[in-house]
Amino acid sequence: MQKIDLSETGLRAMNKMLHGQSEHTNQTTWEIVNPKGSHAIACGLDAPIEVTVKGSTGYYCAGMNQQATVNIHGSAGPGTGENIMSGKIVIEGDASQYLGATGHGGMIVVKGNASSRCGISMKGVNIVVQGNVGHMSAFMGQSGNLVVCGDAGDALGDSCYEARFFIRGEVKSLGADCEKKEMREEHLALLQQLLDEAGIDADPTEFTRYGSARTLYNFDVDNAGAY
Amino acid sequence: MNKLDPQGIPHTTPRQSATFTHDINSDIRRAAATGIYDIRGGGAKRKVPSFDDLLFLGASISRYPLEGYREKCETTVTIGGLNAENPIELDIPITIAGMSFGALSGPAKEALGRGASAAGTSTTTGDGGMTPEERGHSSKLVYQYLPSRYGMNPNDLRKADAIEIVVGQGAKPGGGGMLLGQKISDRVAEMRNLPKGIDQRSACRHPDWTGPDDLEIKILELRELTGWKVPIYVKVAGARPYYDTTLAIKAGADAVVLDGMQGGTAATQDVFIEHVGQPTLAIVRPAVQALQDLGMHRKVQLILSGGIRSGADVAKAMALGADAVAIGTAALIALGDNDPKWETEYNALGTTAGAYDDWHEGQDPAGITTQDPDLMARFDPVEGGRRLRNYLKVMTLEAQTIARACGKNHLHNLEPEDLVALTMEAAAMAQVPLAGTNWYPGKSGNSF
Repeated sequence: MQKIDLSETGLRAMNKMLHGQSEHTNQTTWEIVNPKGSHAIACGLDAPIEVTVKGSTGYYCAGMNQQATVNIHGSAGPGTGENIMSGKIVIEGDASQYLGATGHGGMIVVKGNASSRCGISMKGVNIVVQGNVGHMSAFMGQSGNLVVCGDAGDALGDSCYEARFFIRGEVKSLGADCEKKEMREEHLALLQQLLDEAGIDADPTEFTRYGSARTLYNFDVDNAGAY
Repeated sequence: MNKLDPQGIPHTTPRQSATFTHDINSDIRRAAATGIYDIRGGGAKRKVPSFDDLLFLGASISRYPLEGYREKCETTVTIGGLNAENPIELDIPITIAGMSFGALSGPAKEALGRGASAAGTSTTTGDGGMTPEERGHSSKLVYQYLPSRYGMNPNDLRKADAIEIVVGQGAKPGGGGMLLGQKISDRVAEMRNLPKGIDQRSACRHPDWTGPDDLEIKILELRELTGWKVPIYVKVAGARPYYDTTLAIKAGADAVVLDGMQGGTAATQDVFIEHVGQPTLAIVRPAVQALQDLGMHRKVQLILSGGIRSGADVAKAMALGADAVAIGTAALIALGDNDPKWETEYNALGTTAGAYDDWHEGQDPAGITTQDPDLMARFDPVEGGRRLRNYLKVMTLEAQTIARACGKNHLHNLEPEDLVALTMEAAAMAQVPLAGTNWYPGKSGNSF
């Protein structure tokens, strides 16, 4: 295992080292200590490596991640995993706002809670939150899945497109054009698969599915009040 | 001659209202019939104070000119040398502004790349991501990082020669993009990860940062992602140019792109285009002042856009302190947009050449602002590229002509002292004297 003390190595040198790992590297396991809430830790990775950050991180940890697995043994700052393309991010603590914003693929798992705008503009990422999510989560969500084992705050899925939301607890309110949907067999199977992949033990039948009512897809003056 | 009524009393001349004009009345009738505000492309069409209201003084006894065709007048510009390992080196200070694949056809984007590359300048992606044809034909390509993040991926980011974080644009400060269902072809839908045929309303705010302190961290992330190799621009609308330029510099931008209200958009509400933002003439001096106050003028580059049409506009922008300009609408016209040769077809669409602005409907007779395969086939990207190159060369020659006449051996040596204004408004905005005086409104210590 490769160990980096961020307080000694510095952000630029650390990220350069991680970016230097090729597709076939044998240095597949990395540990970062003393992160001290630094921003942009392990952003832009593109190799099948596993990076564990021992502590809490600032903004944009693992931003635009490809292939890599990033474990955060602490809480994660705003925009963690933004625009993630593939790979996996696991946050042991809580996640701040904009988690996985515009993520195109891969998976983000939060063992604690995620703050507001979790999964904003999501474009294919799968996000599984063991606790609750804040207001405006999955705002303008285009595709992918947001699984919340606890409750969701106000305006869930506002102006969403084809993203799916599975919520086990209460939803404080639904956003514009977001509605409750029927939970069919294929959705139960998909949810079970997402929970398994996230390593979270929960019963899919306890969840409710939400998604776009598709009434705002094309402008209609009669819907002007919804905007 | 006035008519008389049966009693022999003359009629007054029928008088049109200056408030309820034919144009305004047609707007009201259209709104009443449809229930939807008017959406269109382009920039502000209303008359606003502009570079046309400025004149160069040229040489005289106190200043002597350079010989045309003999003495060199340089045009090169370096953008992003402050932080980037590989700054952008351009032969001419006229760049091509961001226009999306989606709003424009693939061949039109290719032509922009061809023309810009042949003229030694950069072109820019748009709201919709980077296409291979655009990357392939652009020797210097700026990748726009937009609120929607459509088509955004780190592989394309790393292929870019610079990154432009778009906060706003002059046509719609505070507004997001709009690409209506008619133009959402299979390819556009796939690139943007949205269903075909729906109206795409791009976000107006970035999803993962707000304010200047966050922007600083976002710039740090983008630099880390790209290894500090490429410059990072910040594009803002000309809303509050002094403060926005100050905050962009504070956040660590290598260049500030400032877009006035004449700057075009693919589509947005007409009311937005005509009533929000400031004219390009009015925004350049406050931005330059911000750069000077921070000691960053010529270190952080200022790229000005919004209604730039000629070498005279380029020279005036640079004399007021810009390092370079960007063109969008003018480049489309050079490619063949709104060409009178399609007049019959413009008429069939209820408009006329020069006035066609329903780019969002995807029926462009010139085959540029469309995704319709038959219309696209009318446009030849090689010929389009050649035309754009010619136009860029002419603009450069024009700007050089003016600079030489002012005794300048580089376009960057043009200065406000080379200019006078024709109107009080232009004098106040450009902070150059009203012609025939040594005074401009707001200037202290001098009287008219």
